Amino acid sequence: MQRILLMGNPNVGKSVIFSRLTGVNVIASNYPGTTVGFTKGYMKLGEEKIEVIDVPGTYTLEPTSKAEEVAVEILGQGADIIINVIDSTNLERNLNLTLQLLKRDIPVIIALNFWDETRHHGIKIDVKELEKILGVPVVATCGRTGEGIKELVNRLSESKSRTFNYVEEEKWHEIGNITSRVQKLSHRHHTFLDRVSEISIRPSTGIPFALVILFLTFKLVRFIGEGLISLFEPVFNNYYLPFISNTVTNILPVKFLHDLFLGTTPKVMESFGLLTTGLYIPFVVVLPYIFAFYFVLSILEDIGYLPRIAVLLDVALHKLGIHGYTAIPILLGFGCKVPGMLATRILETEREKIIATALILMIAPCMPQTAMIISLVGPHGTKYLLMIFLILFCVSVVNGLILNKILKGETPELFVEIPPYRVPYIPTLIKKLWIRLKGFLLEAVPLIIFGVFIIGILDVLGITNLIVNILGKPIVSILGLPKEMVSVIILGFLRKDVSIALLVPFNLDIKQLIIASVFLVLYLPCIATSLVLIKEMGIKTALKIVALMFTISILVTVLLNYIL
Amino acid sequence: MDITQMKEGDKGVVVEICGGCGIVNKLDALGIRPGVEITKISSQFLRGPVILQVGNTQVAIGYGMARRVLVEPK
Repeated sequence: MQRILLMGNPNVGKSVIFSRLTGVNVIASNYPGTTVGFTKGYMKLGEEKIEVIDVPGTYTLEPTSKAEEVAVEILGQGADIIINVIDSTNLERNLNLTLQLLKRDIPVIIALNFWDETRHHGIKIDVKELEKILGVPVVATCGRTGEGIKELVNRLSESKSRTFNYVEEEKWHEIGNITSRVQKLSHRHHTFLDRVSEISIRPSTGIPFALVILFLTFKLVRFIGEGLISLFEPVFNNYYLPFISNTVTNILPVKFLHDLFLGTTPKVMESFGLLTTGLYIPFVVVLPYIFAFYFVLSILEDIGYLPRIAVLLDVALHKLGIHGYTAIPILLGFGCKVPGMLATRILETEREKIIATALILMIAPCMPQTAMIISLVGPHGTKYLLMIFLILFCVSVVNGLILNKILKGETPELFVEIPPYRVPYIPTLIKKLWIRLKGFLLEAVPLIIFGVFIIGILDVLGITNLIVNILGKPIVSILGLPKEMVSVIILGFLRKDVSIALLVPFNLDIKQLIIASVFLVLYLPCIATSLVLIKEMGIKTALKIVALMFTISILVTVLLNYIL
Repeated sequence: MDITQMKEGDKGVVVEICGGCGIVNKLDALGIRPGVEITKISSQFLRGPVILQVGNTQVAIGYGMARRVLVEPK
């Protein structure tokens, strides 16, 4: 099959062109052995099916980051055509990569993207002249409107290789020559979006702006998440559950298998049936929030807001030893820890990932759990609520500071391009969302089912009861909580928000409520998160992090028991 | 002077980048190299990242890195 590579600087609109070229069958993968992602899809040219790869953005073929290394490696694997996507509003810088690509053996065709933006930037580019100088077809495109895409596809066969030679030391000089011959600059108008950009990044206005965006994000995510849950839950309970119970009972009248597949009790979240809880957790509990969060995240990403948040938070996060960009996984973690974990892939070093993961898991509960805490503790007074969240915040920050000191290594400095604000192109957004959801379904779901399976076996074999007796009771007495709470603690592993809800019948006083809430947030990640954690960090590191969290939760709650 | 000493809105021409090839290459890729004009857009509190305009792009670079870029003010 023929192979086309989409190559260009970051933020040039490669993904939009990619989504215009490819169909629904797209997947995002990580380049083996790295955490750098690339997307692969297929397009049809006449009768032929062609593989199209959206290569990670790179400024040059002499790599300065992991993403660039991967780009170079993908290039090294060979291809039939390279579509070099250029940001027409930044011709000079983009030509750096172009000239390097033209020195190679693979035929190149250039897409001069963001063509619509050249106008209000006061830039005029002579496309024909550029084509003459570089020796390869140059097509002005606007990914968003689709302008030029057809011409691009029609002229693919005209792409050529090795059409422009230069001496390395003269490279920028050559580029300067080309741009002066081809580009005319006139006055640039300031647009509304330019103004917004200034506001959102200057700290004095940027931080309030960010808080507003954050607030809106939570509202939107909660709305979508809860909305989807209220859709999925009845379908699961009223249609799927009876159906599967009947089917399994009829096909397999063996009790052991019955328990394995359906769980030991009819209530879904109280047992570990493979086909009940095992599917309930990923689809009814986790998926709605994942969808909601990825939806909002993709919008923020395509608008271009994320690098600005990274800049605003960079100073604070650097004290904890992590990059400004970690703000994104942390934000995701406010909704559901699973996408938060998955998002730590964007971090370059192992050290950062560990600190970021601990931070994500401990700084705040996931949205469903937060909601529960608010409804349970809220009536006692808002100050108790604030106390709980403040405790969590302080614990996670202190932990971050300590980890930063202990873990060896340097955290690289922030170094990122800030793209102008752009209106997102909806089809690309949908496609991105689809890719991310697919990723979740294919990766996390099997893991969760597997985890439920293991726990189910343990439960059926009576091992869980053993743990309850050996560990549970002593722990609960140290915390000053009634010993019946052990079952709640175990349940919290399956579903964090339910564990909070189950505190109700215990009639705890406010001090116990605070201690119990803090403990139930910190002690262990929920089953879905734990499994993703194991997959992302490897079992050894995952266990270390979980052990760390557990120890901290005990220490903190013992302390609280003493102080309050 | 270096970038961190520039005032917001100031323009300058890059004179030298004090660093090893790692930094030089990274900055070069973004278009920051000797002879290029940059504008300082803003800085963040407490030695946070500095935002510059290079050509038609805005970039944010860490404080430490910004200190290593020497400019001639315009």
